[in-house]
Amino acid sequence: MKVEVGFRLNGYEVRAEVEPHLRLLDVLRDTLGETGTKEGCGEGECGACTVLVDGAAINSCLFPVCEAAGTSVMTVEGLAEANGALSPIQRAFLDHGGAQCGFCTPGIVMAGVALLAENPNPSDAEIRYSLTGNLCRCTGYVQIVAAIRAAAVATRGERGD
Amino acid sequence: MTDLLHIGRDVPRPDGADKVGGKALYIHDITRPGMLYGAIKFSEHAHARIVRIDTSRAQRLPGVRAVITGDDVPEVRFGFMRDNLALKKGKVRQFRDEIAAVAAIDPDIAKEAVDLIDVEYEPLPGLFTTADALADGAALIHETDPTGRPVTSNLVPAACSHRSGDLEAGKRASRFVAEGHYTVPRIQQASLGTAGCIAEFDLNGNLTVTAKTQIPFLAQRDFTNALRALGIKDKNVRVVVPAVGGAFGSGLDTHAYEYISILLAWHTGKPVKILYDRYEEFAYLSPRQSAELFIRQGCDENGKLTFREIEVTQDNGAYVSWGATYPNVMLVAATSLHRVPNVYFNATIVYTNNTYCQAMRGYGNPEVTWGIETNLEELAEKAGIDALEMRLLNCNQPGDVTPMGLNLQSCGLRECLEGTAEALDWDRTRSVSRRPGRGVGMAALINVGGGGKIYRSDGSGIILKLDDFGNVNVSYGGVEMGQGLHSALSLMVAEAVGVLPERVIINQTDTATAPWDVGTHASRGAFMAGNAARIAGARLRERIFALAEQVYPGEVERNLAALGEGEGLDEFDFRSVTRDGFDLRNGWLLCKDAGDEPWLRVELGRFLRAAHFAKEGGTGTMFTEEAFYEPPTDLPDWSAGYGNMSAAYTFGVQGVEVEVDEDTGEVTILRMVAVTDGGRVLSRQAAEGQLYGGIVQGVGYALYEEVHSSEGRILNPGFTDYKIPTAADIAFPIELQWVETNDPEGPFGAKGLGEAGIVPTAPAIANAIYDAVGVRIRDLPITPEKVVQALAAKVGE
Ligand code: FES
Ligand code: FES
Repeated sequence: MKVEVGFRLNGYEVRAEVEPHLRLLDVLRDTLGETGTKEGCGEGECGACTVLVDGAAINSCLFPVCEAAGTSVMTVEGLAEANGALSPIQRAFLDHGGAQCGFCTPGIVMAGVALLAENPNPSDAEIRYSLTGNLCRCTGYVQIVAAIRAAAVATRGERGD
Repeated sequence: MTDLLHIGRDVPRPDGADKVGGKALYIHDITRPGMLYGAIKFSEHAHARIVRIDTSRAQRLPGVRAVITGDDVPEVRFGFMRDNLALKKGKVRQFRDEIAAVAAIDPDIAKEAVDLIDVEYEPLPGLFTTADALADGAALIHETDPTGRPVTSNLVPAACSHRSGDLEAGKRASRFVAEGHYTVPRIQQASLGTAGCIAEFDLNGNLTVTAKTQIPFLAQRDFTNALRALGIKDKNVRVVVPAVGGAFGSGLDTHAYEYISILLAWHTGKPVKILYDRYEEFAYLSPRQSAELFIRQGCDENGKLTFREIEVTQDNGAYVSWGATYPNVMLVAATSLHRVPNVYFNATIVYTNNTYCQAMRGYGNPEVTWGIETNLEELAEKAGIDALEMRLLNCNQPGDVTPMGLNLQSCGLRECLEGTAEALDWDRTRSVSRRPGRGVGMAALINVGGGGKIYRSDGSGIILKLDDFGNVNVSYGGVEMGQGLHSALSLMVAEAVGVLPERVIINQTDTATAPWDVGTHASRGAFMAGNAARIAGARLRERIFALAEQVYPGEVERNLAALGEGEGLDEFDFRSVTRDGFDLRNGWLLCKDAGDEPWLRVELGRFLRAAHFAKEGGTGTMFTEEAFYEPPTDLPDWSAGYGNMSAAYTFGVQGVEVEVDEDTGEVTILRMVAVTDGGRVLSRQAAEGQLYGGIVQGVGYALYEEVHSSEGRILNPGFTDYKIPTAADIAFPIELQWVETNDPEGPFGAKGLGEAGIVPTAPAIANAIYDAVGVRIRDLPITPEKVVQALAAKVGE
């Protein structure tokens, strides 16, 4: 039995007929074709599937799609502007080498967005702690932490803090 | 090389924007019209006869399009010793053996069908240690070799040894000797993007495989052989590589799942995708091989090394892949890390019923360096010499030819040692008595930095194609898997041709368009690609400058007409510039001897259009150049362990400061420093990324990673029980320094950097732990339990 689920995705209303047991990750990737969000484990261990639901970072591989009904979901595809201009955090990942293979990157970028929304001026330790659920096998995290630190400065600058 | 415009710059990677935007397409993200999903039935025993396979229930499941077993399809053999079958017949030799496979219209149905396949086994006793497999009367894991000849033991026939100088004389000349057994465990590459492929035939019978691989051309050869086994001859196999979610060696061989997707595609006439999930990646993909090392080294009364003796035994698992050739790479450090005159090395590779092993970053070098660099400190202590001093005393020098015949054209090891000591403040921080619980340690490395010849060609081709607009399209057969190959390559092509890096477009790796390349391993990608690019770039420039003799004057006239004037016009005869007088810089055709006035500069795109659309009477000219670079190296004689296998050698030293909690055994890293001679740094961001990433993998190897298994079954197939370092674990500063030797064979002076980071981390940490609390751990990983036990044993002494 399929059910209809509707939510806002990156600012637009979407609606899909889905099997109710599906995970938000499946619906984003397979039903809606937004493959930016990755599956690295399917068990809530790696954070590659991190998206924001009503602003909170969640593992979409553990999130039943039905619980997304009526919420506002933000994925990595929602960050850049329509003309392709990268958001400050994406720009910072580019400038600081925060992505290597890039498979963890969409999830880590979204975790970073959530962190900076909550704490615009995090210390390195706070950045590291907030990323505990996001594994990266390539970078050793050093350039990721540098990117988020730089994004914090850029975001504050943009807002004029 | 003077006057470099782009090499060494700190610039973003060309594939970065798509990666941070979620647009890069990995195998996970690719589907094809009509595509089916494959799933594999794996063995439930480590060693057993297959009595019966019943696929009837799976066949009947709605949505299933094919179910195949080894009995339904021709025998497809693979692996460089051809001892492995895509679908096993008669017998299983490890838990992950592929017995049957399903293609279905969705992945869930495929998995459900696999669960409906019943296999009846007759279990056989398993052999799970090298000692058991080598014991007299041990059962044979392979009763015959691939040609059907009976074998008599479980030894893998991959001889690798070395003997140089006079070992006995070296021993006699020794005042001090240290010896010990050292072990390293199996660990997982643990790429975040799991393995997978899509196989598809067109209606002419040609095959395309979209594969997460590091060896598109060797895979093309392997898949072509598989087609032959199916009776399909003279067809084209094309291997296309999508964005790769990390590989670290896991993509260095072809895999049973790839052959199975080919078989299923052939059976169904549809594209078939097989994608491993995380459990399958851990349980059914080949990890890094474990090793048992016995090492003995000696020195004279001054600390000069007198001999080195290494005996290696490795548990290969049930089939041969590249894990069996780790000793070939171990030879490099075994014979050539530090100056050592009399060397003996021997390796024994043993079949067992454990999971078979494969390549991972460093490929034997972290294993052997673990033993050499910890044993060296034991020797230094016996001799009463500071470990840094001992390394300096025996330091490799530029120009050395080592006992293996390695030609160290550039070598900055001394500077790396000195830089590390200074960063650690060695003289004040070293020594257990000064600061209880705290210590510093270091370890050195040598690694191939100019390819590693283990195959009859270690070459790479490149095609540089200029379009009508001044862009350079690059076709290269190596694989960008995150390491930053494209960062380095775009800078090198820009430099070699004379364009801006952003005008260098690197095509997707595809055997249909790129020239042959042996594969991306052995830290070779940037070195090979760069040397090929230098050759092709020089040819392009030569041809452009030759044609410029005709085209340039007309374009300058157009400039003058547009500008209405030209400063210095009277002094410079632009109509008679010859080929030697031109230069191409950042996309502008210029005259070397004239000023940089706007009227004298011709934009490359304009020049190319003028060359392409020739005036009446002329012929159009296109600019595409191809080059194949084969490094000047030897394929070593493995039984003698001799041959200059790389065109350059990378050196480095890592230093660590640790704090050890003597109650819990917990090791806290306080800081790390890595000083590396990778020749000239090509892309700073990519080079730093390789070092940080390698070091952090080294920290995992040193302190917690291990694939646990019991009777061949893997016990920790997930990130819950197999811990890789998290951001919170890396709560210490890592300082990177570069010793930029200018290697004569390296492209723009560069040497390979992909593996160096992981090589000496574990021994550096172990040495620091010894310095802190006086216990020597010889078996990785250095868990708190091992530290506590060692401390207790020390108290008991
Ligand atoms: S895929 Fe969701 S946490 Fe790994
Ligand atoms: S960049 Fe590869 S896993 Fe993070």
